[in-house]
Order: sequence, then C-alpha cells, then structure tokens
Amino acid sequence: MTDILNALILFANFVLVPATAYGAQLALGALGVTLVFGILRFSNFAHGDTMAFGTMVVILVTWWFQSMGVSIHPLPTALLALPFGILATVGMLLATDRLVYKFYRKEKSPPIVFVMASVGVMFVMNGIVRFIIGPNDQRFADGERFIIKARDFKAATGMAEGLTIKVSQALTLGIAVIVVIALFWFLQRTRTGKAMRAFSDNEDLALLSGISPERVVMITWIIAAALATIAGTLYGLDKSFKPFTYFQLLLPIFAAAIVGGIGNPLGAIAGGFVVAFSEVTITYAYKKFLRYLLPENLEPDSLVQLLSTDYKFAVSFVILVLVLLIRPTGIFKGKVL
Amino acid sequence: MSFLSGENMTGGYGGADILHDCTIAVDKGQIAVIVGPNGAGKSTAMKAVFGMLKIHTGRVILDGTDISGLSPQDRVKAGMGFVPQNNNVFTSMTVQENLEMGAYIRKDDFGDTMHQVFDLFPILKEKRHQHAGELSGGQRQQVAVGRALMTQPKVLMLDEPTAGVSPIVMDELFDRIIEVARTGIAILMVEQNARQALNIADKGYVLVQGRNRFTDTGEALLANPEVRKSFLGG
Repeated sequence: MTDILNALILFANFVLVPATAYGAQLALGALGVTLVFGILRFSNFAHGDTMAFGTMVVILVTWWFQSMGVSIHPLPTALLALPFGILATVGMLLATDRLVYKFYRKEKSPPIVFVMASVGVMFVMNGIVRFIIGPNDQRFADGERFIIKARDFKAATGMAEGLTIKVSQALTLGIAVIVVIALFWFLQRTRTGKAMRAFSDNEDLALLSGISPERVVMITWIIAAALATIAGTLYGLDKSFKPFTYFQLLLPIFAAAIVGGIGNPLGAIAGGFVVAFSEVTITYAYKKFLRYLLPENLEPDSLVQLLSTDYKFAVSFVILVLVLLIRPTGIFKGKVL
Repeated sequence: MSFLSGENMTGGYGGADILHDCTIAVDKGQIAVIVGPNGAGKSTAMKAVFGMLKIHTGRVILDGTDISGLSPQDRVKAGMGFVPQNNNVFTSMTVQENLEMGAYIRKDDFGDTMHQVFDLFPILKEKRHQHAGELSGGQRQQVAVGRALMTQPKVLMLDEPTAGVSPIVMDELFDRIIEVARTGIAILMVEQNARQALNIADKGYVLVQGRNRFTDTGEALLANPEVRKSFLGG
C-alpha cells in the first residue's frame, strides 16, 4: 500500500504538477496564436518572440523595482511588473501591425504572405530582444520559492517520496484560470467580444453588419499581447528566461493550437495540456516509479525512459503530424489549415 | 419617383460591363422581384443597388437622396438591409447572437425589434440559444432575414432567399416576406423560382444579359405570353 502511494507521489511530483504548470503556459500561448489565426487568418510565427519581448520588459521592470527595493514578498516582483510588460508589448504589436500587417491587409494578400511577413517580424523581434537583454539565461524569480517542500512533505506524511509544489507552478495555474475565465467572459458576453467572434466566423457578413475590421484587429492584438506576456512571464518564473527557448516554444504552442482545433479558444486550452502531458510523460524516466509497483524480480534495469528529454520537441512534432494526418480539424473542430 | 431606385446602371466587377443601362425600382410596402435566366445579371443588379460593385454610369436613389457614392456599410446605416445568398448567418453563434450582431450599429435598445423578429419567425424564438449552423436551410434563411431586419431597414434586399429549400418551406418564406412588406418595408428580391416569386410581386423585372427586357406588375408578367414562353417554361 505505501508502495503504491509512494509511486503516486513520485508521479505527481515529477509528472502531474510540472506538466500541469507547463500545460497552462502552453495553453496561454496557444490561445494567443489561435485568436490571431481566427481573426487575422494567419499563423503568427512571431508569437514565441512576442512572448520573449514581453517577458524581457517584465524582467527589466522587475530589476528596476528590485533595485528600488519594491517587493510584494512572498509573491515574485515580476507580477508587479507584468502590467508594464503587457503595455509595452501591446505598443509593440500595434506598431508592428501598423508598419507591417496593415499593408498586406489593404493589399488583400493571401494568408501565406502574412505568415512569411510574421517570420520576418519574428527575426526582428528576436534581434531586438537579444540586443537589449542578451542571448543568455536570466533569472528574475524572487519571493518565496516553494509552497510545499519535499522535505516538509516527507516529514508531515512520513512517506519516502516527497512532493514539491513551487510558487511559480501554483501562480501559473491560478493566473491561467483567471485569464481564461476573463477571456471567455469577454468573448461570450460582451458586445465587442461577440463582434470578434462574428468577424472570425464570417468576415463579409460582419462587415455588412457594420463591425469595424480595424477595431477588431486592434483588440485582437491587444489580447494577443497580454496573453503572450503573461504566458512568457509565467514560463520564465517557472523555468528561466532565455530568448532562444522562447523561440523554440513556438513548436509546442502551435502543436497545442492545432491539436485543439485552430481558431477555437477552448481547443487551445485542451491542446496545451495534451501537448504538455505527452511531452512530460514520454520523457519521464519510469524506473523508480516501476520499482515501487513491480515485484522485486521484475525491477527494470534501464531508466525506462521512452525518449530522452533532448528530444522533447519530437513529441510536439509527432503530435502535429498525427493530428494533421488523422484529424486536421483538431479535437474541437477548428478550421482546417 | 420610387423610394429606392437604381437608374440606368451600367457597370461590372472591373472587367467587361455586366449591367447595361439597367433600371430597378421599388416603393415602400412593395415587393419587387428580379427574375431572368442564369447569368442575366440578376444578383449583379442587386449588388449594384447595394454598392457592392461599381457602376460608372447611372445612379442609386434612396428616399430622394443620391447614395451612389456610399459603401455597402454606409448604405446599411442609411436604411438598407441586405441578405446575401450564401454564408448569410454566423454559423458558430446562437440565433440570438446573430440577431444581436445584426443590430451592431444600433446604439439604442433593440429589444423591441428582436421581439418583432421573434413574432415574425416564432421558430427562431424557440431556437434562440441554438447555434445557427445547426438549423435547417429554411430556418437559417429566417435567421438571415431576421438579422437584416434588426437595423429596422426601410428597404430589405434578398438574394435568392429560397435557394436550396423545399417547396413547402419556400411558400412559407414567401408568406413571411409578404408580412414584412406589409409593415411598410420595400422589398427587392432576386429569385430563381420565377413563377412563384412573380406571384407575390407587385413589380417584376425580367433581365436578360444585364438589360431590362420586361418590366411590369408581377401579374401582368405572368400573363404575358412571351414572358411565359421564354422564362417561365410555357
């Protein structure tokens, strides 16, 4: 009995908790991608670097706050800096739209042209971020680090295995829930949100109904900026900030959006968790876990790891390919790419 | 002088002209129907009246004002409602949300108008919380007409409202359209089902190759042997 409990605690500690936090981060990222796809009708490759840009601003403001001794202990100072990061990113995205995408909208360019333009935007943003903050790892998490420490958990329960829950993980989940509720309330209940859904559903009819496309586009960028900055900051708090990692996040985020059904916000959330749990469960080494559950003579010698963590991006790739082959509309019937 | 008239319209989608000196008019409370063979420019004529295509000659008059220079969106604000032939509802939104979106440009309380639409189409009230994409073809057309009515237009333009619905549903839709006309709205409609449409029409326009061929009351056109022979199948 204790063996089973220990196995479950081990599993929760190394798979359940981290994958849930990671899933929430991916979900927030995928929501941004899916909204831009639904309204502007193109896959925004610059989303990962938008996350990096927003997080960079949050980090810079966090350092500034720290230097002034401003703190909201036990919570990380970054939360205080988050609104500033969102504002800066909103400005950045609206400027980008004005300088780049608006031209192609006027030209009525096909979606692939927008995608290529977004690749260009991605490189520029990538450059700006590295130019300002550098390509290296930055740590900016402060405040209390743990809600439950492994040692305390062991002492309290008397179990051999410990469970750790980091403040950043709990924050990620809590903030993600709040953001998602707010977003859905906005899309389902407000006049502007409904106009956005109408525009995404049927652009011509939306125009006929007097919905202003430029306003819808502007609000979409504002929401995308907020989602990207929040997702990026939560990811950075949970792990660390490195511009290249954020660029790489693009793959699991797109996989999440497409698995869920691109253009469908509910799908983006589901997709985020599907991708995160696949990635973590497949790259986890089950040796210790199995040792608790199996009789002694069946104990595995190897690590029982299906895939080395170095290959974790392969998981997103495989999911992406499988979904596009078998069910291109995704779980929740999004648009076919 | 009619309430709405497109006079001597000539123009096309940028290439060769499709409409040639085409005139279409309708008065308040009237139903005007545009019929004609395939490719006669029926929908094009209606789109020209609504400003969805450029006419280089001729003009469109609404209630005494020349609106030839207005965009379709501005024409909606000026009191015109348009129901496109295809994709005329927001499929992923509920019936009620469709109607709300129809009233998007209105700043006042549109609850009364929604009640009127529900009175006109009782089935929509019943299905108000269902997604428009889940409705039958005829019900969808009712949503589409209801959406256009939400701005309280003075003119309602329908592009083949009965395309793809069964004869029974078609009769019912025509009944509703007559009811709408009775409230004093001018109705301009393009129809594939010429005979049935001319039956309810106060005015009929038979177009051939973008030109007015016959213009008369619906009754007279139905009685005209030449129209019967060429366009109504005898």
